[in-house]
Formats: sequence, structure tokens, C-alpha cells
Amino acid sequence: MSEFFLLLLSTALVNNVVLIKFLGLCPVMGVSKSVDSALGMGLATTFVITLAAGASWMLDNWLLTPFGMGYLRILSFILVIASVVQFTEMFIKKASPGLYQSLGIYLPLITTNCAVLGVALLNVEQKFSLFKSLLYGFGSALGFTLVLLIFAGLRERVALSRVPAAFAGAPIAFVTISLLALAFMGFSGLNV
Amino acid sequence: MIAAVLSLTLLGAALGIILGIANKFLQVEGNPVVDELIAMMPGSNCGQCGFPGCSGAATAIVDGSAPPTCCPPGGKALAVAIAAKLGLAVDLSAIADDGPKIAVIAEELCIGCCRCSKVCPTDAILGAAKQIHNVFREACTGCSSCIEKCPTEALVMRPVPVTLQHWVMPKPLAA
Amino acid sequence: MGFMNRFKHFLGDQLLGNNWGVHPDDHKRPAADAPVRVMPVPARLYLPLQQHLGGAARPTVLVGQKVSKGELLAEATGMVSAPLHAPTSGTVVAVTEVTAPHPSGLSLPAIILEADGADEWCELTACADPFALTPADIGRRVAAAGVVGLGGAAFPSAVKLGGALRAEVTTLVINGGECEPYLSCDDRLMRDAAAGIVDGIRLMLHATGARVALVGIEDNKPEAIAAMQAAAAEFAAVQVRPVPARYPMGSEKQLIQVLTGIEVPADGRPADIGVIVHNVATALAVRAAVREGKPLISRLVTVNGNCVAAPGNVEVRIGTLAEEVIAFAGGLKGDGLGLARRIMGGPMMGMQIPHWRVPVVKGSSGILALDAAEVAAAEPDPCIRCGSCVKACPMGLLPLEMSARIRNEAYGEAIDYGLKDCIACGCCAYVCPSKIPLVQYFVHAKGELAAQDRAKLRGEATKKLALQRQERLDREAREKAEAAAKRKAEREAAAAAKAAAEAAASAAPAAAATVGEGV
Repeated sequence: MSEFFLLLLSTALVNNVVLIKFLGLCPVMGVSKSVDSALGMGLATTFVITLAAGASWMLDNWLLTPFGMGYLRILSFILVIASVVQFTEMFIKKASPGLYQSLGIYLPLITTNCAVLGVALLNVEQKFSLFKSLLYGFGSALGFTLVLLIFAGLRERVALSRVPAAFAGAPIAFVTISLLALAFMGFSGLNV
Repeated sequence: MIAAVLSLTLLGAALGIILGIANKFLQVEGNPVVDELIAMMPGSNCGQCGFPGCSGAATAIVDGSAPPTCCPPGGKALAVAIAAKLGLAVDLSAIADDGPKIAVIAEELCIGCCRCSKVCPTDAILGAAKQIHNVFREACTGCSSCIEKCPTEALVMRPVPVTLQHWVMPKPLAA
Repeated sequence: MGFMNRFKHFLGDQLLGNNWGVHPDDHKRPAADAPVRVMPVPARLYLPLQQHLGGAARPTVLVGQKVSKGELLAEATGMVSAPLHAPTSGTVVAVTEVTAPHPSGLSLPAIILEADGADEWCELTACADPFALTPADIGRRVAAAGVVGLGGAAFPSAVKLGGALRAEVTTLVINGGECEPYLSCDDRLMRDAAAGIVDGIRLMLHATGARVALVGIEDNKPEAIAAMQAAAAEFAAVQVRPVPARYPMGSEKQLIQVLTGIEVPADGRPADIGVIVHNVATALAVRAAVREGKPLISRLVTVNGNCVAAPGNVEVRIGTLAEEVIAFAGGLKGDGLGLARRIMGGPMMGMQIPHWRVPVVKGSSGILALDAAEVAAAEPDPCIRCGSCVKACPMGLLPLEMSARIRNEAYGEAIDYGLKDCIACGCCAYVCPSKIPLVQYFVHAKGELAAQDRAKLRGEATKKLALQRQERLDREAREKAEAAAKRKAEREAAAAAKAAAEAAASAAPAAAATVGEGV
């Protein structure tokens, strides 16, 4: 049990997918203007990453490896991810039109979110079991959501302060997220 | 080669079928956001936004082809409400806020042609043929659609004078 | 021991959140110690029709009409309003606009009265035994006399008394706090007319059905406390309670909490917890209205500030221009050369006025001429998040967070932080080390939100009108179509009838012919 818990914790915090592995930066910069939409994006991505991690594990272990078609891995994974995202998009459009509107282009862009493909590929590389793959996917997504939320909260506060004109907008956001990355580095220790 | 093409085709087809089925269950009729926005708009179809009526403007705002500030009669309040609904950032300075205006008829010029009262979206102009018309101050939304219909230029837009009850303390300069 | 006590007080205050407010230098003396000077009636009085909260009064006199002192000039309109009476005898010369005692510098409609110098009262209906009157009768007399809250807000007193009676309040809080610096008109009134005030308080107790009246007086007015205690000694229901001098102790909600220990709920009114608050000067005006039938036509005004040559309290008729009050009080030092700001009311919550030709209204408690040292205007610096404003806020709000959101026009978020509870006392701006005009942000935001609400109401009204127009157009089209259909039917019926008649006509001669042939 503690093994699974540690796996979850280490993927969410120590090996954070955004700030340590630098995957999925596009939505972190794009959908972090308000905490509400950040939460929506985080939940959608969590759903996609977890589902894609499971689906790609099945695809890899039951089809690609037995038939020796490992070279089709990236291609077929993309196909699976795209379908999951398409499904998520349909679901959100039905369930919460407001969130669908506020996520805008970033919702279909989950397809090209490298964190999703990255987690699926890392699963294969580390030869996890199905359950561990799901857990790894969920943990990574949790880390992604956490960073997105913290960053959105910070940006909401930064928006209230008087930022010099040259720093306003994206520049101050980059400065902020780099400081956040430094903070997350603390989880893995400064043993570099 | 054939195995690869075949397997990917099969995979794609299978996923496509699943999505097709899902689409049947998750079908959305029209765009509910547009409907919500139409309900929020003034509904007078005055055309100041440049779109055909309020529903046209709502569609354009949802598309992103018009800013949430495009509705002059709605003003700041509507812009803020729409932006909150859609999660958009809103630049309130884009609203030309030179105060509310209403139409006023110069009685000595009015010939009683009824052209203005026909186009008024809120029936704010009272008048019969060959009678001097008048504008109900309370009902006029300041959309100025009547102005160009007047053949004698008797209609002009006048700013509503600020009263003590309507005065708003100016925002302090940024600290 | 003294140290321990102080520590305990400090700790208790910290724990109870009872350390709100500020302690500005009160500048009350020497003005408070100078005897009241009664100003003679000026040549012209400028009487705004709206000197109170609520609907503006409607004039009942004509230009050129002669009126005697105390005669009705304008009547109350609507539920919340107050009438206006002639402060002296004379002639109505105009109904026009005068500059309002308001920072906007806008004007408002007013009656201009030219004094005839006789200063003759109209017929007054005195009442020998007001305690025999019913509470409703007292309310009517107060309403007819145009008495409004003289503390500054100018809420019609009769409306408040009636509301208190309906809400069955138990406690009447009399506000003798006068926490605003510079002002001493209430202090002076309590020293000079304590017996009258106590009589007025007893009448208000009778009118509201409250059992006890708590008179809160700040402890920096020992003479007023002594005078009031002496006057109230024989009445058990009237209790004089000294309260610590601290701004804004005279604010309704704060005074109630200090005197009764009960907090007024955020979206509630004092009546919800069985309390009603009136000012000491209002109590005296109520007494005059009920006992003598005298309307509210004059008040005490504090003339103060470093630029004033002889600070003091002046009894002036409502409608006197501030210019004339200052001239009577001794004028400005050096002809007003060092003048930095003109204020009507107190320095914290009063109105900055654009010039001196502004009339004294019922709610004007002071006329202040401040010099640059007193104004201490400074360029604001960025917020350093020291939290001084949070500690000073008597309502327990977070002024720094609210102002940051208001600056970004996120008014909705400012409301979430409690903007609607802000009483605009100005403590936050007073203590701010960065000199950020915090309270101005809040006043601006409140005005802006009110404007947005108005716009929203207007939008809804517009929508209704547009819908009604659409209905009308549809109805007209339908009626037109129906009329056309009816006409068509009639035409067809007529045509059919005609055809039938023709057919019959053509058949008849034919038949006749046949008959003829047959014969």
C-alpha cells in the first residue's frame, strides 16, 4: 500500500510533470488566468491523462508488443489520446457549456499536450503494471493540476499589483513560474 | 507494412465508432451559451453593435469575433456579466463612456411624419401624423436609430445631465 | 500593577478585535469652550429642497409670496422625505438652483427667501402635555416639523421613530459621541441645553416604546458628561454612559456595540437587534417640534480650522451661506491666503466644497477652513501590505485587498471582501503610511456599483419595452390579417350573393320566356 502511496506522491510532487519534467507548459501558461478555469482545465487533463495512460498500456501490452509493432507506438498512442480528448470535449460541452467556452482552444489542444503522450510513453519505458500505470497517470495529472492551480492563484494576485509596463502580462508570468519551479525543486533536494 | 497500415486503420475505425456512439448520447442542440447570452442582452435589436439584432451580437461574442463590450446600451454592466460568463478578460476602457444620451425632438422642426416612431425599438416616441412628436425620457435607450430617419433633423442626441443622485465619485488616480 | 493592567487591556483588545479605529488629534478646543454666538438672520436664505435622505420636498409656495417664520415652504413627498419651513419671515424671490454641499459641486433645486427683518413666527400649535399624546401623534408632529438626523446623515427622524415603534425596539441609543475631530456643536449643545435634550430623549422613548435610553458621550467631553448626568439624574430610563474617545465611536454600529455589547448584523439594521440611534441635537429638535410645534429652522454649526480667525460654535438659520457664517464668526486669517480645503461637516466624513457660497443645510455640523498642514495632501506610494488599515477598520474589513480589486475594476470581488459593509469612515486612509486614498476607492466603487445596478434595471426595462413592442407589432399584423380575411370573406359572400342573384335574375326571364312561349 505504502508503495502505491509513495508512487502517487513522487509523481505528483517530486517528479512533477510540469516543473521538473517540463512537460505540458502550454496549458499552464495559457489557462492560468483564473483559478476557476484552471481547475476545469486541471480536471479535464486529469481525466485525459489517467484514461490515456490506461488505454495506451492496454494497447501496448496486448497489441503492439505481442505483434512486434513497437515502432507504431507513438502513432497509435496519439490516436488513442486524440479520441479520449474528443470524448472529453463532447462531455464538457454537454455538461458545462460555460467551462467549454472559457477553456476555448486549450481544450482540443490537450491532444497535443506533451504531458499526456509523455506519461503514456514513460509508462511503457518503466514497464509498469496496468494498475501502476493508472496510478502513475493519475499522480502526474494531480501534479499538473496542482501546479496549474497554484500558478493561477499567483497570477490572480499578480494581476492586482502594479507591474512595471515592460513586465506586464507574459514576462511577469514567466518570472513567477520560474520561482515556482525553484520551489518544487526543493522536493527532490538540491543534490544536483 | 501491410500489418502496420491494417492495424492502425482498424484501431482508427474502432475508436471512430466509439466516438460516433458517444456523440449520439452527448449531442448538444444549438449553442446553449449563445442562448444564455441572448437572454442577457437588452433585446431591443437596436443594431448599434453592427450585428443583425441581439442574437447576432451574442453569436459573434461567443465566436470571439466581437468583444464583450460591443453592446453600447448594455454598457459596462453587461460587458462585465458577459465576460464573467465566458471567462474572458474584458477591457472596460474600450467602452466609450461619455455618459448616457437620449434622443430629444426640437418641436419647432418636427413635421409629424411618424418615421422616427416606427423605427424606435422601445416605442419611446409618441406621435401621430401631423402632430409634434415627443420622446419618453424614461423609455429612450439612446440607440439613436431614429436620428437618421428624421427628414428635418429635428431629432438630436443629448447627454443626460448628471444629478446628485447619479454622480459617481471619480476613481482615484493609480497609486 | 499598572503595567499588568495595561498588558491585560492590550491583550483583551487584541483578542476581542476591539482595537479598531484611530485617535486623530481632535482639535476640538478652543472652539468647544467658546460660548455659542447667535448669528442674525442674513438678507437672503438659500434653501435646497433636498436636505435629507429620500425624496426631495415639493414647493408649496409661489415666487413673490410672503411667508412668516416657520411657515411650510415645501412638503414631503413619498415614504421617506421631510418638509421644509421658512427659517425667517420674508418673501420667496426665486425657486432656482444653488450649489449643493457635495464634493461633486453640482447644483440642486432650492427656494431663495429674502428676509424682511421682522422675523415673525407663524401661528404655532404648542402642546402642554406631550406625554399624553400617542406615539403616532408624536411621530406626526416630528414629521410635520421637518426634523431630520442632525448628526450628518439627515435621515428623516419621524420615519426612524415610526420604524422603531413597528420593530418594537427596546433600547434608544443617543449619540453624543461626536467623534469627528474639529466638531464641537453637539458638545456645546449638551453643555448648554442638557435639560432640553433629556426632555427630548424622554419624548423619543415615549414615541418608540423603548424602555431605556443610553446616552453615549466620548470621555474627551467631561463638561458635557457632567451636564447631561445632572440633567438626567432624576430619570432612571435615561442613562449617560461615557465611552472612550476614539474615531469612529459616533458611528451607529460602533456606538451600539460599545454601549449594548450587541453587534449589528452585516446586512441588518439596528432595529433588527431592538436598538435605534438618534443624535443629541435631533433630540432637542424633537422636543421643540413636539412641545412648541416649532419646525427645524436653525442649528448649531462649528466653525473651525487653522484658517479661521475665531473658531467657535454659531447658531445659524438653515439656508445661510457658509461665506456669511464665516464672516460672522470673524472671517479667515489673512483673508484666507493659506486656505487649502473647504469642508462642510467633519474632516473625516464631511463634504469638500468647491467654494464658500454653499448654504448650511439641516445636516451641516461644521464649516471647516483647513490649511495645508492640516490637509497633509501627499502623492500616494505603493501599498507595502503593512496591515495598518486592517487594524484600523472598525468594520473588520480588509481595505488593502478591496482597494486593489477596485483599482482593477473587479468590483464583484470587492463585494466578496465586504465592500457593502464599509461605512466610509476614512480610518484606513488616515492610517495608511503610503497615503493611499483607500476610502475614496470605496466611495467610488459604491457609486459605480449603484450606477451598474441602475443600468441593469434600465436594461430590464428596455427588454420589457422591446418585448411589448414586438407583441404590439404581432397583434397589429394579426388584426390586419384578420380584417383582410374578413373583408375578403365579405367580398366573396357579396360576390356569391350577387352571382346567385344574377343567376336567379337570368333564370327568371328565361322561365318567363318559356312560360310565354308556352302560352
